Amino acid sequence: MIRLEGVTKEYAPGHAAVDHLTLEAATGEITVLVGPSGCGKTTSLRMINRMIEPTSGHIFIDGQDTAQVPAAKLRRDIGYVIQHAGLFPHRTVLHNVMTVPRLNGWGRARAESRAREVLELVGLPGDFARRYPAQLSGGQQQRVGVARALASDPSVMLMDEPFSAVDPIAREGLQDDILRLQQELGTTIVLVTHDIDEAIKLGHRVAVLRQGGILAQFSSPADLLAHPADDFVADFVGRDRGYRALSFQQADVPVHPEEPVRIGEQLQRRGDQWLLAVDAEGRPQGWVLPAEVAEAAVALEHLHRGGTVSAVDGSLRSLLDAALSSPSGRGVVTRDGVLAGTVRAEEVLSVIQSAPRPDGTSIQGGAGDSDGAAAGVGPQQNEHR
Amino acid sequence: MIATIWAWLSDPTNWSGSGGILAQALEHLRLSGIALLAAALVAVPIGLYVGHTGRGRVVLVNAVSAFRAIPSLGVLFIAALLLLPRLRGDLAFELPSLIVLATLGIPPILSGVYAGIGQVDPAARDAARGMGMTSWQQLWQVEVPCALPLIFSGLRSSMMQIIATATIAAVVGLGGLGRFLIDGQANRAYDEMAGGALLVAALALLIDLVGALLQRFVVSPGLTPATRR
Repeated sequence: MIRLEGVTKEYAPGHAAVDHLTLEAATGEITVLVGPSGCGKTTSLRMINRMIEPTSGHIFIDGQDTAQVPAAKLRRDIGYVIQHAGLFPHRTVLHNVMTVPRLNGWGRARAESRAREVLELVGLPGDFARRYPAQLSGGQQQRVGVARALASDPSVMLMDEPFSAVDPIAREGLQDDILRLQQELGTTIVLVTHDIDEAIKLGHRVAVLRQGGILAQFSSPADLLAHPADDFVADFVGRDRGYRALSFQQADVPVHPEEPVRIGEQLQRRGDQWLLAVDAEGRPQGWVLPAEVAEAAVALEHLHRGGTVSAVDGSLRSLLDAALSSPSGRGVVTRDGVLAGTVRAEEVLSVIQSAPRPDGTSIQGGAGDSDGAAAGVGPQQNEHR
Repeated sequence: MIATIWAWLSDPTNWSGSGGILAQALEHLRLSGIALLAAALVAVPIGLYVGHTGRGRVVLVNAVSAFRAIPSLGVLFIAALLLLPRLRGDLAFELPSLIVLATLGIPPILSGVYAGIGQVDPAARDAARGMGMTSWQQLWQVEVPCALPLIFSGLRSSMMQIIATATIAAVVGLGGLGRFLIDGQANRAYDEMAGGALLVAALALLIDLVGALLQRFVVSPGLTPATRR
């Protein structure tokens, strides 16, 4: 557990970047610090490994006051990932990752085998080890940055805007990998971001900071969306928080059978109805209009790929999105990647109407009905994706 | 004219012997080498300190331009006048020249080291510190290796200038390829003068080439543009 106790940082007397911040980051969880620029989130993070020394207050890691540990020693025991990865350009990927084990006095062979292990873990196997950072994409560099931080198997990892400099597609993959790795390794992570979506996706607990380093709210993502503490938090969380809150809710939605067509087959049915095309293994591929296929066999160029696909046990948000984005109005749901059927937007909505909300209230039950959680499907807090 | 220079250069008797081209070239290199070493011993630690800590940047920049304005020949005569009566033997002759050459060699090394450390990616420095490197480890494991391309170019340009200027050591009676210029002028042997000048230029280029080769072996391939995608 990391505990900040009344931590203050003043760069000039009377001008606090962080003001009496008290916060606990639970062991084995991801705690996200989020807020607009100038809210002191990065300063707060960097005080944990003493990159910045607090003006006053104390920081404890598992009960140990960090001020009592020599700074370099403290930092070697804490994983550290920064925005632009900060890889050493003169070292190969392998030697970058070997850095901290070598600093900790490991032998070359042991450090190397450990480095290869973590590179595998972050999805950069074999050949990547010999390359230099300049030969990697931004996303790959950040993967190496994460591997380097994990190499000495730290119990605590600090991440400062780790994904904001990589392109959106790579970012998504990196976020998913961090969630997976954190679950596998049980690392205590404190992560700083300015992106509320990232905070909600990654955080078990989210701390919203306001200008001047004051803690505005510290709660679970679902709670943050449902109950912003004040106007500042509500503003920061954004307009579509009602929709986003559905990410944390799951419920049984009626699934209708769907008769798909297989790619490569001749169409038996005619008409102006949308038909769902699947591949040989039954995985949904897209929608086709029989009129566009005419006499030919169904081929990839006939597919309309507009619709998103949700797992049958996915969140209400992904189920609703599948229904809304589908050209046919029938939302495709899968079980283990294979077509399970389709859902209808109005039925998802009626489930949303009656399902208990993350805070235990329901729309029909009204606010304050705290018994709502006992009935029906319970809230799914911290359910990632 | 070119033919007479060529004739002088290609005459084997000019190459051998104690006053021959080979012997003078070696003497030239010896003086230049000592001067470069002395310049590096002064400039590298200062450059590293200023680059690493960021302290004394303004002083350094001003000092570099001031050093560059020093007139070599003037300093040589002053140093020779001051030191000759006080020292004995070879040292009395060599030290003034070495002081001049070393002084001349300091600014390029100083600015190369300082600029090299200064251009290290701030994110890499931050990471080095954040991973628990001590200040000393940051310097030697990250900053110096990353600064090597610029450190090398500082050393090479310093060496070029020292070799070119070592010619003036002959003015105060020392050996080196400058002998051919000074003696040639005294004897009105213009083929010898021009040949000597060509030799100095050739030697400087040759040593720079050696420096370039050395640089290729020492600098990490991760820092050369060819390795980038």
